[in-house]
Amino acid sequence: MSFNLQRFWAVVMKEFIQMRRDRLTFGMMVGIPMVQLILFGYAINSNPKHLPTAIYAADNSPFSRTIVWALRNSSYFDFTREAHSTAEIQNWLAEGKVQFAVTVPVDFSRQLLRGEKPDLLLEADATDPSAVGFAQAAVSQLATTVINRDLTGPLTRLRASAPPFNLVTHQHFNPESISQYNIVPGLIGVMLTMTMIIITGLAITRERERGTMENLLSTPVHPGEVIIGKIVPYIMVGYVQVTLVLLAAKFLFNVPFIGSVPLLVALTFLFIVANLAVGITFSTIAKNQLQAVQMAFFFFLPSLLLSGYMFPFRGMPGWAQNIGECLPLTHYLRIVRGILLKGNGLAECAPDLWPIALFVAVMLAIGIKRYRQTLD
Amino acid sequence: MNSAFAIDVRGVTKKFGARTVVNDIAMQVRPGEIYGFLGPNGSGKTTFLRMLCGLLTPDGGEGNCLGLDFRRESSEIKKRVGYMTQRFSFYEDLTIEENLDFIARLYSMTARKAAVQKSLERLGMVERRKQLAGTLSGGWKQRLALAACLIHEPQLLLLDEPTAGVDPKARRDFWEEIHKLAAGGLTVLITTHYMDEASRCHRLAYIAYGNLLASGTVDEVVQAGALTTWEVSGENLSVVADKIRGLAGVEQVVAFGTTLHVSGRDAEKLRVSVAPFMTNAQRWTKIESGLEDVFISLMETAKDNFS
Repeated sequence: MSFNLQRFWAVVMKEFIQMRRDRLTFGMMVGIPMVQLILFGYAINSNPKHLPTAIYAADNSPFSRTIVWALRNSSYFDFTREAHSTAEIQNWLAEGKVQFAVTVPVDFSRQLLRGEKPDLLLEADATDPSAVGFAQAAVSQLATTVINRDLTGPLTRLRASAPPFNLVTHQHFNPESISQYNIVPGLIGVMLTMTMIIITGLAITRERERGTMENLLSTPVHPGEVIIGKIVPYIMVGYVQVTLVLLAAKFLFNVPFIGSVPLLVALTFLFIVANLAVGITFSTIAKNQLQAVQMAFFFFLPSLLLSGYMFPFRGMPGWAQNIGECLPLTHYLRIVRGILLKGNGLAECAPDLWPIALFVAVMLAIGIKRYRQTLD
Repeated sequence: MNSAFAIDVRGVTKKFGARTVVNDIAMQVRPGEIYGFLGPNGSGKTTFLRMLCGLLTPDGGEGNCLGLDFRRESSEIKKRVGYMTQRFSFYEDLTIEENLDFIARLYSMTARKAAVQKSLERLGMVERRKQLAGTLSGGWKQRLALAACLIHEPQLLLLDEPTAGVDPKARRDFWEEIHKLAAGGLTVLITTHYMDEASRCHRLAYIAYGNLLASGTVDEVVQAGALTTWEVSGENLSVVADKIRGLAGVEQVVAFGTTLHVSGRDAEKLRVSVAPFMTNAQRWTKIESGLEDVFISLMETAKDNFS
């Protein structure tokens, strides 16, 4: 079987013309990255701040005021309501009016002064654990430090004693825990997975559905020429999308570009090909365009959930991590985040490159084998 | 070419699962011949054409197509054959010119631009070259499809019901074109349902339920049918038809406009059966059986034998 450049080019040209004429698909290719950028970039925040909080200060003392002031300063709590009974607080939590409720018990300052270590109650609506996690972490150390300043003179003895050692935490690569730094670079991978698989998934099924496949098969064109000819135009579309997101990352979200952008662009090629190979393979299996889209979603869902894009990869059980390791998006996310946020070079990316390459080889083999040169 | 035939195949068989769609068919077509391929819907005509041009893999059979082994050299055959599908199968979102150019590129033509230009001129579509193929009417789509099949100057043309849904004038023009091409040496294998088209072919084959029932020239096929036909005209034809249907020797009673065709293969039995009805109310004449009488008879017989 010989690969004929002219026939290959004929397919490429045809795909370009059809792409240009298909306004809706063309719009989708630009529209999807835009919508995802806005949604994921601006709307989603895994470190929520300014959560509505109720205060029930049964003991209105300088100490309780200091604590409220400190909580507000942590920027996680906005004191929106003041309660006059515990029942009120329970109602507000149940109705979702507040995310947190702080109760300062009646004898708080008196017990404090007596050295009886009184309780300060922080109640959280923990139906969504991720919404309260960061806030809780922020308060935990508050207790040891905030009140010290008010304990002067004879009260100094009540100050919390210094712990026997200091725990020093350095948050590398994203010290301020800005969600966008994690999400926006990852978005390149998510968006490529979504559009590339759907669009190419439709490519061959469309030929079959419209009956043009029969005609194509009766000409001397070979499967390799058709498949690669169909892939090439979409590689370019993929790069347009990558450019859009990179520009947005740089200028709208101020994501640091520590590593080499040319390296990222080069490695992205492999990832685009991986997704196109999935799309083409699906389209050789699907009987019509609807099935092709359904299969694309079937692949997209685990990619989104198990790749470490939405949820921490290491938080998943072993079997889920194993599935995640098989998906190209998992490895690509590590590459993108590694290059942009950590400044990784080719050597650091290599462990995530070969799994993608292996994936491409397997998918293309299936795709070309499944693309039948006959109608049987 | 090591054969005097453009198509020379034997024992061609195709099964889809347990169902035999094409059963042991032999066919010989001479170069420059227009060969009509007839049969009811689902009789295996399209399947047979698809096997000839390598779109389907036959389960049995041997022979040559354009001097090439039709089972092993299908990629060479594809370069020399033009196949026009039953359904319009060019790109509706490409223009006429782009479609022709795409096909020309797939056949790796050297003088591509000239070939496209020539094709447009012959189609009479030079001015409409930028029109999207999807906006063409049925007749023009069919002409475009034919032009695209011919652009690489094939030696054999396979046409699958090319005139279905095309108006009579366009059909006549189409057949004139086919005859011109055949006169130039192109071999044409064409499937059709129309009797007038069948009689325009040099030779015919009739296939039903995957079996070849008759083949030869129009006259040969009619002769082989060995059918005796009476034409009845007059009043109350439908009453007569109801009465004689099912009598011994009466195999078919078919209304042809204002007349009735009564046929059977056993001439004597037929005569005896219908004799009592030859009254003054209707006029009975013995006529030459037509192609349609024969085909209907073949189809009825085939139903009994194979279904």
